[in-house]
Formats: sequence, C-alpha cells, structure tokens
Amino acid sequence: MDALLELSGVSFRPGGRVVLDSLELRLDGPPISALVGPNGAGKSVTLRTAHGLLRPDEGTVLFEGRPPPPGDTAYAGQALVFQHASMVRGSVLDNLMLARHASGLSRSRFREQALRMLERVGLAALVRAPALKLSGGERQRLAIARAWLTAPRLLLLDEPTASLDPGACEAIEALVRDIAAGGCRVLFTSHNLGQVARLSAEVFFIDRGRIVERGATADFFRKPRSREAQRYLQGELPWQTTSSTPRAAAPSTVR
Amino acid sequence: MISEALLQAFAMLRHFEGDVVEIAVLSLSVSLSAVCIASLLGVPLGAIAAIGRFPGKGALAVGLNTFMGLPSVIVGVIVYLLLSRSGPFGPLGLLFTPTAMVVAQTCLTLPLIAALTRQIIEDAWGEHGETLRSLRLPLASRGATLIWHCRFSLVAVLLAGLGRAISEVGAVMIVGGNIDRVTRTMTTAIALETSKGDLPLALALGIVLVSIVLALNVVASVTRGVAMRRFGN
Repeated sequence: MDALLELSGVSFRPGGRVVLDSLELRLDGPPISALVGPNGAGKSVTLRTAHGLLRPDEGTVLFEGRPPPPGDTAYAGQALVFQHASMVRGSVLDNLMLARHASGLSRSRFREQALRMLERVGLAALVRAPALKLSGGERQRLAIARAWLTAPRLLLLDEPTASLDPGACEAIEALVRDIAAGGCRVLFTSHNLGQVARLSAEVFFIDRGRIVERGATADFFRKPRSREAQRYLQGELPWQTTSSTPRAAAPSTVR
Repeated sequence: MISEALLQAFAMLRHFEGDVVEIAVLSLSVSLSAVCIASLLGVPLGAIAAIGRFPGKGALAVGLNTFMGLPSVIVGVIVYLLLSRSGPFGPLGLLFTPTAMVVAQTCLTLPLIAALTRQIIEDAWGEHGETLRSLRLPLASRGATLIWHCRFSLVAVLLAGLGRAISEVGAVMIVGGNIDRVTRTMTTAIALETSKGDLPLALALGIVLVSIVLALNVVASVTRGVAMRRFGN
C-alpha cells in the first residue's frame, strides 16, 4: 500500500546538532495519528520536514510519492497548524483570506467558503473582529479553519491545544474529528496523552530524533514495547508508577 | 534681541505674510512628493531585502544601512552632476527647479525608508515567515502581507523620511539654487535670512517648520494609537 507520507532515513543536523537521526516514518494507517515524545525529541522538526518547510541533510521525504517542492514553499495538499498560530494585524476574515492562494479559488468564491468555514468553527460572530485580540482557543480554531480552507489531504498539527483550557481543547478535538471524517489525514503532536488516546488510532513515538516505536494507540498505552516509551509514559503519568503494572492504566481516563 | 526677533516672527505668522506661506507650501510639496516617491520605491525594496533569497542580500542590507546616513550635500552634488547641462539628464532642463529638489530629496530618503522597512519586515518575517511559506504565498504576496501587517510601524518610518527631507538644506540648496519664489524652501530661506541678519523671518520659518513636523507627528501618532487599539498590538 502506498503511503501518503513517507520519511526515509531523514537526518537533520543544523550546526552539527543532531535533531533528526535517520528517522523513518510512514503514514499509511488510520485517519488520525499522533506523534508523541519528550521535549526536544524532534516532533516539531519532523512536522516541518514532512511539510517541506525544512529540508533534511540526508534522507528523502515523499508526500503522495512527490519530493518537496522547489524553493522554500511547503507541499501543496498539506497544511500545518503551528503551536503558536501566527495571525497578521487584520480581521478574522483577513487572516482566512491568506489561504486563498493555496486553495486556488477566485476571491469571491473563496470568501464565500471562508464565511461558511467560520460558521463551522464557531467564529462567525467574530468575522470582523481583530484576529490579534482573539483568545487562545479562538485563535487556534481560526488557524485550523485557515489550514482547512486550503483543502489539504494531510493536516499536520503541532501541539494544537498547548496551554488551552479543557473547553477549548474539546472544541479543537471536535474540529480535528470533523476534518478527519471529511477524508483528510491528520498527524498531530501532543503532550496531552489523554488527547492522544481520545483522538488517534495510531501512535508514533519519537525519541532523540528517531521513531522508536509505532503501533495502535491502545497497544501503545497498554504495553509500550520500547524502553524509551515506557520511561516516557512513566514520567508523563507518574501516578501509574504506584501500580504493580505501571503501564497498564487506560489513558482515556486522563483529561 | 532674540525675544524681539521672536515677537516679530509671531507677528509675521499672525498676518500670514506672503513669503512665509509661499515658502512653507513649496517646502511641504517638495518634501511630501519626495517621501511619497521614496516610499513607493523604498518600502517594497526594504521588504524584498528582508524576505527575498538572492545573492548579495547581505551586501544590499549593508549598502542600505550605509546610505541611510548619506550627507545631503553629497546627494546634492551627485544630483547636480546628473542634471547639469553636461550631465546625462541635462537636456531635461531640471536643474534649479522644484523637480530637481524632489529628485534630490527622494535620493536622500529612499535608503532611510528602505533600510528601516527592511529591519521591521525582517522582524515580522521571523514571526510569520513559516506561516506564509506554509500557505504557499508567492514572494510578492508575502511582502505585501507583511507590509500590511507592519503598516503602523511603517508610518513611523515614513515620518522619519519626511523629517529627513524637510529638514535638510544641503541638497536642495545645491540643486535648487535657493531662487526666490521658485526654489526657496524653509531651510534654504532660514540659512539665507540668517546670513542676511533677518532673524524674524528666519525664526518665523523655523517655527513653521517645527509646527508642521509636530502636527504631522501628532496626527500620525493619534491615528496609529487608534488603529492599534482597534487591531491589537
């Protein structure tokens, strides 16, 4: 089966510092996958490399069988939502209009779609509001809406709910499910293991720039195979260490 | 003596004496024209220097920073040579006309506007560059987006350019010739009247000059404040 995204032997060493080390990642599984790992493991760099924003020193990146586009632009057919969604000084609609070029639609057609999208993500009332004055959750929904408007076949989300309250997290998770239900594949990073358990069906575990484990989410939480993942889960879920089977707790209970 | 001159200067201003108004209008029109032209060229140039990827990008940045402090008399001499009868643009007959002064002030303010724009856009590129690349915007759209995003900061750049243009005396003196009712600006008139000992007129012109710059800065500052409160910092 052809993978939607394939990173083979990808190494990235800016200034000699190893960030990605012969990383192998093949996205050919369920609609939503999670990339999990400790801070500094290379999650964000992996997403940027997969998107075409960073070019690896070694290895190949293929999206739908294509290498990254020339120049410094990202892959067409992909969208990336950054952890800190950047908005320009203008209205909510102005910020959505930035996605028009990638969508390939005419201005009027795209505007119609953007307005519909704002309703879909619950921001219709804020269409004229200054984007820089949105709350963290609203801003992240706007960033996802902007990415979604490019009609991606692969959506990459870098810590989409970092520092958001539970209500805002829930709204983002509902959006991600909607996007996946529409046929777009999703790969996201998160330190919120409850969210990983709720959203994804497959987990890639990354440590020191290498994917050390890949498996079904339930299996990953029930019985991680690699020592790195075992240590990570113990560190992330310290209350489990009191159990006789430290890694047996169901993360779906964690919010 | 100074207080006496000041009183006379205010009396001249109160009665809007013809010379003062005419000189002020010419100064403003020349400097505003120069800043408009320099902005139309300098802002996009600064944006390209900030976000473009081309050989010699570093050299362009150094060049812009260097020319930012170019002495106005040097600019005056170069423009004089270009516009003089024997120069490449001599046949146009522009020397000692307001157009020549606009050309000189454009040359003077262009590097300043381009260099400051480059710095502002470069900072914004650091913040928004990945997003704009991710959205696959072409270079021109990236530049336009960042110029628009930084529009309130760029107003300050344009004001700096206007300040440089309206206050300089060397270049307009050389290429304009300080001809009465033709190319006499506030700064050249101040220099002339001071040398002639007509301090009231020199002071009146000085007060007008400072007032104009102050008024423009107040308007820009208030507009910027209102706009930033509307759209966020």
